[in-house]
Amino acid sequence: MSELWRILTLQAGYNTSVVVLGTTVLGAAAGLAGALALLRKRVLISDSLAHATLPGLAGAFMIAAALGADPKSLPVLLAGATVTGVLGVLSVQWLSRYSRLSEDAALAVVLSVYFGVGVVLLSIVQRLSVGGQAGLSRFIFGQTAAMSAGDVWLMGGVAIGAVLIVALLFKELRLVCFDRGFGRAQGWPIGGLDVLLLALITLVTVAGLQAVGLILVVALIVTPGAAARFWTDRLGALLVLSAMLGAVSGYLGSAASAVWPKAPAGAVIVLAASAIFVVSLVIAPRRGLLARTAALLSQRVRIQREHTLRSLYEWHEAAAPGAVRRDAVIPAGAAIRAGSAWSRRLAMRGLAWRGLVCAAPGGWMLTEEGWAEAERTTRIHRLWEAYLIRVGGHDPLHADDPADLIEHALDPAIVAELERTVAGERAMPRSPHEMRGEGGRA
Amino acid sequence: MATTAPHRPEHRADSPLSVHDVTVTYHRRPVLWDIDYDAPAGALVAIVGPNGAGKSTLIKAALGLVPVATGEVRIFGKPGMANRSLVGYVPQRESVDWDFPISALEVVAMGRYRRLGWLRPVGRADLDAARECMARVGIADLADRQIGQLSGGQQQRVFIARALAQEARLYLMDEPFAGVDASTERAIVDVLRDLRAGGRTVICVHHDLQTVPEYFDHVLLLNTRVIAAGPVSGPGAVFTPANLHKTYGGRLTLLERAAEALARAGGGVAVGPDAARVVDGATVIGGAGVEDRPHRSPGA
Repeated sequence: MSELWRILTLQAGYNTSVVVLGTTVLGAAAGLAGALALLRKRVLISDSLAHATLPGLAGAFMIAAALGADPKSLPVLLAGATVTGVLGVLSVQWLSRYSRLSEDAALAVVLSVYFGVGVVLLSIVQRLSVGGQAGLSRFIFGQTAAMSAGDVWLMGGVAIGAVLIVALLFKELRLVCFDRGFGRAQGWPIGGLDVLLLALITLVTVAGLQAVGLILVVALIVTPGAAARFWTDRLGALLVLSAMLGAVSGYLGSAASAVWPKAPAGAVIVLAASAIFVVSLVIAPRRGLLARTAALLSQRVRIQREHTLRSLYEWHEAAAPGAVRRDAVIPAGAAIRAGSAWSRRLAMRGLAWRGLVCAAPGGWMLTEEGWAEAERTTRIHRLWEAYLIRVGGHDPLHADDPADLIEHALDPAIVAELERTVAGERAMPRSPHEMRGEGGRA
Repeated sequence: MATTAPHRPEHRADSPLSVHDVTVTYHRRPVLWDIDYDAPAGALVAIVGPNGAGKSTLIKAALGLVPVATGEVRIFGKPGMANRSLVGYVPQRESVDWDFPISALEVVAMGRYRRLGWLRPVGRADLDAARECMARVGIADLADRQIGQLSGGQQQRVFIARALAQEARLYLMDEPFAGVDASTERAIVDVLRDLRAGGRTVICVHHDLQTVPEYFDHVLLLNTRVIAAGPVSGPGAVFTPANLHKTYGGRLTLLERAAEALARAGGGVAVGPDAARVVDGATVIGGAGVEDRPHRSPGA
């Protein structure tokens, strides 16, 4: 049994298990609050918030040391972090409202100024004669190893609080994230609900400082929600899934960093979350890259197929004017559509594979199904051409190409509307232009 | 009851929306100037005017979404927001993110949130009521679609259905006909006539002058100030070429120049494309959210 497996199954000793549990719970809370932050477009402000906690951490350490209290006490340090973090958020809001700075500039200014002050304070702390300064740097990159059972309880409390708030105020938070104007018109205290959401984000950020570090905690907030968005269109499902993905990131990341203690825990946890995001980005159904590429390709193939079928129908019209017959044999060399002989052969193979044409002596023949499909696509093309000419005022010679662009996307309702508009065209309309090339389209 | 700007009628207590001497400024620049208007009960009213005339701002001021610098808005005779629950609202379609993970039915059910109050979740009765409202605008079959998969016209119908779910007596709609297809336009007009038949008042920001006589009974011609207000046709009609010319043609250049000067004096910042970003806190629109700050005039 490998070391990683023992850690994952919580059999690697008390301390390691505490760390794995704690970061799992933290990931869940961050995923939940982060999904809402993402929908309310509050992600960057949580990054500024996280960076603005550094002067608070250093300041709390100095004040506690000066007062003779224990400067390493986690509650004291996190209280300091919260104070300057909230100050950072207020600074962003004040700057973007009352100065000429745009919001993104305000975010950047606050982030760098507060972080810079924090670094300076940190260097002063290093020269103090009290012990324990080295522990402060763990808040920058995160260090799960230092987590105690008490810290896990703290994170558990934060997570339960976050779940309770979101469950109770689900309807109100949905309103704030989706349509603030409508909510305010209904009389909801939108500003207050916004503050509540921001408080939730602050809570999760501060709770995550120790495990993930203030530089990377924003990744734990944004990544699970961004990944979850690929899988669902429902807010409830999105929140649950985001919390689960956050939990899995925390679980895998902290276990991995327990195996390789040299790797900073925050970075490993964030890498785990990023891996989940990338996988979602690629393989998610409908929204994922693969699904979207496949949909695009299948649409292209369908358009090519419809073009070929229309060419075949037009070949039949030219071959037997006034008496088109399905079972006429299309000679193998017939110029049925644009492109090389090779691409024509490929197109016919494709139709044959779908059962729309079959081999006949000396060439090809449309099947029943192929004939119906060829008639349908030709008809839609000509209806659309007729519509463009009559209603859109197109030149009959130039209606062909614009019709080509859109006819493949017409749904039955639009076709019915077309039939109504271009009245009297129920049978196969005549083509408004000469066929280009002999026996079909060139 | 035809009113023109210089004439100040007594305000009627039973008017669904009574706007009294309202001025709204944006960065000290007046967007609405001394608006005085009583909406008639049980009528369909169009607010008409050029871009930047303050049409949307008037609706937002009535709803309390933008602060008024001076003046008072009364809804069914009561000031401020006392009668807010009697008002239904259709915002501009572009005002929300249509990629949001929410179904059409869930958006329509938002119309019931105020009735539900704090903490109580959306229940079966609310969803049934929401479905009924969707049926009234002809999109009952789209209830479970994610809103981003709807066409523009269908999205607009979702917003109308949500307002219907508010079961209001006064409806304020911001360009409900903007960018919709012909069948949606017919569906919306039918809903408006239904509402009028039920004694409701509907006030719409409207862009298409041609359809004003067909769709609306009353019209408010607006260009920063009220140019004219009254019936569209019949005795006392105000929807006349002369009034339209005053609304669209005669720009109040002096007022504009005064406004520019005021903005400059207030912020001490140069004019130009950035003039709207004058340093000025008192009249900025929005609440706690930092993104609330609009980057263009709210009167657009």
